[in-house]
Amino acid sequence: MHPLEIEHRRIRLLHRVPPAIKLLVALGLVTTTAMLPRRPDALYWWPAALLGVLWLLSGMPLLYTIRRLLLFEFFIVGIGLMSLLAPASKDLFLSAFMKSNLCIFAMLLLTWTTPFPDILQELRRARLPAVMITTLALMSRYLPVLAEESARMQRARASRTFSRQHRLAWRNLANITAQLFIRSADRAERIYLAMCARGWK
Amino acid sequence: MHLHDGYLDAKTALLCTGASVVGVGIAVRQVRSCLEARQMPLLGLSAAFVFAAQMLNFPVVDGTSGHLVGGVLIAILLGPSAAILVITCVLMVQCLMFADGGLMALGANVLNMAVVSVCGGYFVFRALKWMLRMEDKRATVFAAAFASWCGTVLASIACAGELALSKTLPWSFIFPAMANVHMLIGVGEGVATSLIVLAVLRNRPQLVAGIKADGPATWAGFIGYGLLVALALAVFVAPFACPWPDGLEAVAGALGFANKATPHSVPAPLEDYRLPWVGSVTLATAVAGAIGTVIAFISAYALARILVPPLSSARKHAPSGD
Repeated sequence: MHPLEIEHRRIRLLHRVPPAIKLLVALGLVTTTAMLPRRPDALYWWPAALLGVLWLLSGMPLLYTIRRLLLFEFFIVGIGLMSLLAPASKDLFLSAFMKSNLCIFAMLLLTWTTPFPDILQELRRARLPAVMITTLALMSRYLPVLAEESARMQRARASRTFSRQHRLAWRNLANITAQLFIRSADRAERIYLAMCARGWK
Repeated sequence: MHLHDGYLDAKTALLCTGASVVGVGIAVRQVRSCLEARQMPLLGLSAAFVFAAQMLNFPVVDGTSGHLVGGVLIAILLGPSAAILVITCVLMVQCLMFADGGLMALGANVLNMAVVSVCGGYFVFRALKWMLRMEDKRATVFAAAFASWCGTVLASIACAGELALSKTLPWSFIFPAMANVHMLIGVGEGVATSLIVLAVLRNRPQLVAGIKADGPATWAGFIGYGLLVALALAVFVAPFACPWPDGLEAVAGALGFANKATPHSVPAPLEDYRLPWVGSVTLATAVAGAIGTVIAFISAYALARILVPPLSSARKHAPSGD
């Protein structure tokens, strides 16, 4: 799935909760889950139940949730499988698996219900340095632009290349990446001029 | 290499967050003192660029593909402090916008990929460039390839240390697994980075190290980063790598959570596991790592020879695209 895919989101109750509260709840949930005992335990039902209720309130579609969870499952199982090889570790594997899935679910709910500009506003209020706020804001603004530009460049390259040569594939991709950086730098110059024209100090 | 929540315990997550806050703090100070106002948007655009570049899939063997991480690449292009900020922002957006990488593990991810990998890789890059006496373009390609390989491996070692300190996995297991896998992944990262740096050098040479950093403030920053990386390695790696089983307890005692550490859970390889090969596994991995490093060094040199043939030195005085 394309990470920048824009889903149609209906505004539900959870979307109207102040972002600061959502961030704190997510952090609290993730921290508590991570500190649960390292064996399958009845305690795991608590965060799971809470997340289930929040899920119902959020209106996050089932298909989206499953696709997203599966996307990250690779990393979870990757580290998890290693723990299977260590001694006395079936409990460890199961608990780590449950913890990770619960935490990712919490993060999915957070990102689903909270648009990034809201989070940025909270970070600004939390006194994150101005350099980082500007960088984050510009990044979230120009991410789709650069992603589209990169896709366009790949399309152009594909239409000019007749055969897929493995030897050249890396060089072509590296050239596209370099070109993308050069274009980003040029765009940054223009953005600076535009910012100045609008009275940015 | 993203760590998700659930694999780190609270103390490791806190330690990592502390270390990464210090690292990012130094980077913010450095960038504030060295960056011109007109370069401000370049940071944001570079962050978006890194994210977009991570979405490009480099084909590996039929069907599988890998993607660039880009930390060392951006350090070579913009300098280390800007790179730390850029990668930190990328990780924050990945976590808070796409739920990729944990919220509690964000500190650890920033420490591994934005601080240890970028600083370590950039240090290797500068050291190689300083030591090498060869044509500038070839030296840059060579150093870029080897430095990004080192950056990848360093980040994976720090990651292994954090997992071991959380007692998620024993060090004797996670260290060889992570280090070996990332010594291979690092090859891809090195080749991709050097190809990209070379392409930028050919098209727009003045963009490489676009943010010039000189003067005493920079040296203070370098010393700060050096101390931080050394400290991170000392806390997360040294307790397991050194033969004394008390290393971790000493650190834990100094930091005030020794009461939690029971003697059994200290991952001293020889105590916990009685498999005959496990005791020497750190040593074996270190030897393998040394051999791998030499091979990577030679391959990076070969790559630079292939990519920048002697022919280009004849054209050195030709006007470069300005």
